[in-house]
Amino acid sequence: MWSLGNITQSVDAWLNEAFSPAIALLIEFVIVGTMAISLFAILGLVLVMMERKVSAYMQIRLGPNRVGPKGMFQTFADTIKLLLKEGLTPTGSDKFLFNLAPVIAIISAMLLLAPIAFAKDFQMWDLNIGVLYVSAISSVAVISILMAGWSSNNKYSLLGAMRSGAQIVSYELSAGLSILAIVVLVGSLKMSDIVASQETGWWLFKGHIPALIAFVTFIIAATAETNRAPFDLAEAESELTAGFHTEYSGMRFALFFLAEYVNIFIVCAIGATLFLGGWMPFHIGQLEAFNHVMDFIPSSLWFFGKTFFLIFVIMWFRWTFPRLRIDQLLNLEWKYLLPISMFNLLLATAIAIMGWHF
Amino acid sequence: MLEEVSVIDQGDMIINIGPQHPSTHGVLQLVVTLNGETIKKVEPHLGYIHRSIEKMCESLSYRQFIYVTSRMDYLSSHINNHGCALCVEKGLQIELPERAKVIRVLMDELTRIASHELWWGAMAMDLGAFTPFFLAFRERETITDIMEDTCGARLTMNYIVPGGVMADLHPDFQRKVKAFIKLFREKADQYNELVTGNIIFQSRMKNVGILSKEDAISYGCTGPTARGSGVNCDIRKLYPYEIYDKLKFDEILETGCDSFSRYLVRVKEMYQSISIIEQLIDNIPEGDFQAKTKAVLKLPKGEFYTRVETARGELGVYIVSEGGTTPYRIKFRSPGFSNLSALNHMAKGGKIGDLVAMMGTLDLVIPDIDR
Amino acid sequence: MSAIQYIKDIFGAVKSLLIGMKQTGYYFTHHKEIITQNYPEEKPKLAERFRGEVVMTHDEKNEHKCTGCTACELACPNGTIKIVTKFEQTPEGKKKKAIDKFVYHLELCTMCNLCVAACPTDAIKMDQAFEHSVFDRSQLTKVLNKPGSKVMEGVE
Repeated sequence: MWSLGNITQSVDAWLNEAFSPAIALLIEFVIVGTMAISLFAILGLVLVMMERKVSAYMQIRLGPNRVGPKGMFQTFADTIKLLLKEGLTPTGSDKFLFNLAPVIAIISAMLLLAPIAFAKDFQMWDLNIGVLYVSAISSVAVISILMAGWSSNNKYSLLGAMRSGAQIVSYELSAGLSILAIVVLVGSLKMSDIVASQETGWWLFKGHIPALIAFVTFIIAATAETNRAPFDLAEAESELTAGFHTEYSGMRFALFFLAEYVNIFIVCAIGATLFLGGWMPFHIGQLEAFNHVMDFIPSSLWFFGKTFFLIFVIMWFRWTFPRLRIDQLLNLEWKYLLPISMFNLLLATAIAIMGWHF
Repeated sequence: MLEEVSVIDQGDMIINIGPQHPSTHGVLQLVVTLNGETIKKVEPHLGYIHRSIEKMCESLSYRQFIYVTSRMDYLSSHINNHGCALCVEKGLQIELPERAKVIRVLMDELTRIASHELWWGAMAMDLGAFTPFFLAFRERETITDIMEDTCGARLTMNYIVPGGVMADLHPDFQRKVKAFIKLFREKADQYNELVTGNIIFQSRMKNVGILSKEDAISYGCTGPTARGSGVNCDIRKLYPYEIYDKLKFDEILETGCDSFSRYLVRVKEMYQSISIIEQLIDNIPEGDFQAKTKAVLKLPKGEFYTRVETARGELGVYIVSEGGTTPYRIKFRSPGFSNLSALNHMAKGGKIGDLVAMMGTLDLVIPDIDR
Repeated sequence: MSAIQYIKDIFGAVKSLLIGMKQTGYYFTHHKEIITQNYPEEKPKLAERFRGEVVMTHDEKNEHKCTGCTACELACPNGTIKIVTKFEQTPEGKKKKAIDKFVYHLELCTMCNLCVAACPTDAIKMDQAFEHSVFDRSQLTKVLNKPGSKVMEGVE
């Protein structure tokens, strides 16, 4: 059957045949790097378009509909505009940090792509501490935000950055604990193991209540970690105009913007991998015929379908809820989410030890 | 309030919110002293959109000056015009035909609903929820269409002239208003589900921006802002003008004194306005829509004061006449100015996010404050 | 009490959030609710009383009803209207006052309708045109009486 895994294997075999192993590895690096960057560009374009269309339909509007068929090329036009714009650096700013911050944001987002399994046997780096790697790298993103807020020499930016620092550091905890619940059930940190363990059913269904609670906690924490509404305090436009990127313009702003959307994609991809079975097709117990039909859908489609579903849910949050206040945001984490996810981890451990899950 | 000693300590931050800022709804500058996220002092700076409307009115005739007042509180422009026309009519001692009175009250209440609808959307948007803004505009659009049919304009209608209204009601008026009432009753419950019941919204609004009854009175707050603190101040009840004394409606009072009770007052007021419209829409008396007036109006020598309840509170119109064709002095007591003065008192000790919510519940229209 | 209250709080909160999401979800799936007008393609249907600009009505014989009484000029709060008059020779040989130019400054006009209300002969009215953008401000100063037009018979 057609699969992305076969293609990569044949490419790898052909390269090793034609060149020496070192050069073959180098070429493979270049290919993977190019693919990652083009994935970035495509994700940026698609997600911004999706956000605008989703918000438009929720707000009884049509959304962008002038550039190209149904406005599909609107984001291209916007990108060109951003590229052509002057990137201003404020006079009082710390120029080195100011220019470094968006690059760190985009690099930390890019590093997170490594352990994600996009399809069957289609993964950049299946390292054995995959989940740990993800939660470690995702905390680097906060540095770029703090750096941007501090170096801009703007009070709005500083306030936004400080809010964001407090927020991301707190929500890392419950995100980590909810991921841990699944790790306990699987017994491995490796992404491929986690996906393989869901062949008989997704963890959301077979993990009982702990997996369900962990899923909800994870979605909330993921929304908060990516600075999305209702947790978008770092850039709360009715309070802090644009928060940490108030002073950024042109391409540097575009990098922050892109990093935000790629981060959404990545947390949703991780959520899909952990709770919704990654590229695993949807199977129902013994219904062989049904399962066979489901197997026929390519694994990459399964993965992207699940991821985009989660992205849609997060967008749905954004266009429905008002924003929380900073003290309420921290209350929610420390008084509700953290105790719940700790208790939940205990429950998950008990279930894993007793082997009560399916 | 003479307790204003220097509140700035080491480590405090002073930031300018405005004149260009998304949540000040216009060109208002707030100089905010912050300790971390906590507000120590808010100092509103006015005058960015001062157009000297009072002075302009003094050089215009009694027929002409009414249209300028639409530009003060542009969201309740019809009610502004109404207040001015009442003052001129008081001076001229004109008795209005019943039909004109009913038309004026109907339009007043429609304007009030339109203004509160827009406030509701903008309020939710200040708190970060964008969708309600568009939903509110849909209903507001129906009202502006009704206005456009009858008055000829959507926002600055200039429909009221001394002695009545400028034109008769559009033949479609009753049908369209009834359709609007039906639509409003359908959709308003949705709004309560989407915003009022939302736990995030409630926790943002409750126990925030406390303005006690005594403080509301001493700052001279009027309208829904004061009624949220339990102050009886509805001009329509206390000093009824036109036909308000014959209508059945409640003055909404909430005693929570916080942002949420001010919010509830406005939401419930929309329902009250709807019930006023329902009482009147089938009982518009036949007759003239305008009393006979002279071509050139001359107020007798003296001072005249009238007040009306706009969507934001009490609007007072004070005319000093020397007997000529133009007012010698004119003064507007605008509701927004007094309401804004309570902001510093309310905001102390709150967070920046609270400040935005408080400004939302004060329902500030900056041209009304600066004039 | 507190443990039960804690759980109750959480469920109440989640319920209120889900109700909100149901609303936006409804609008997302029901596209018939969309109220956007694609403006340049779909022209808005304006009310017949909509005030866009002042025009002077001319009949098929290129005659208008304006006598040049300047009631509108006096009624206008902004100095939008300037009437230039001339003296015409009537067939009987008498001199009669008539308008030369009815100058209308659209850039000053606030569409308050006071001029139309003041006009004793209904010579001017409000028109529905609303697309007034031009590249040069001077194009907004218009002369409302058509060239060669004259006042209608019997209008005083």
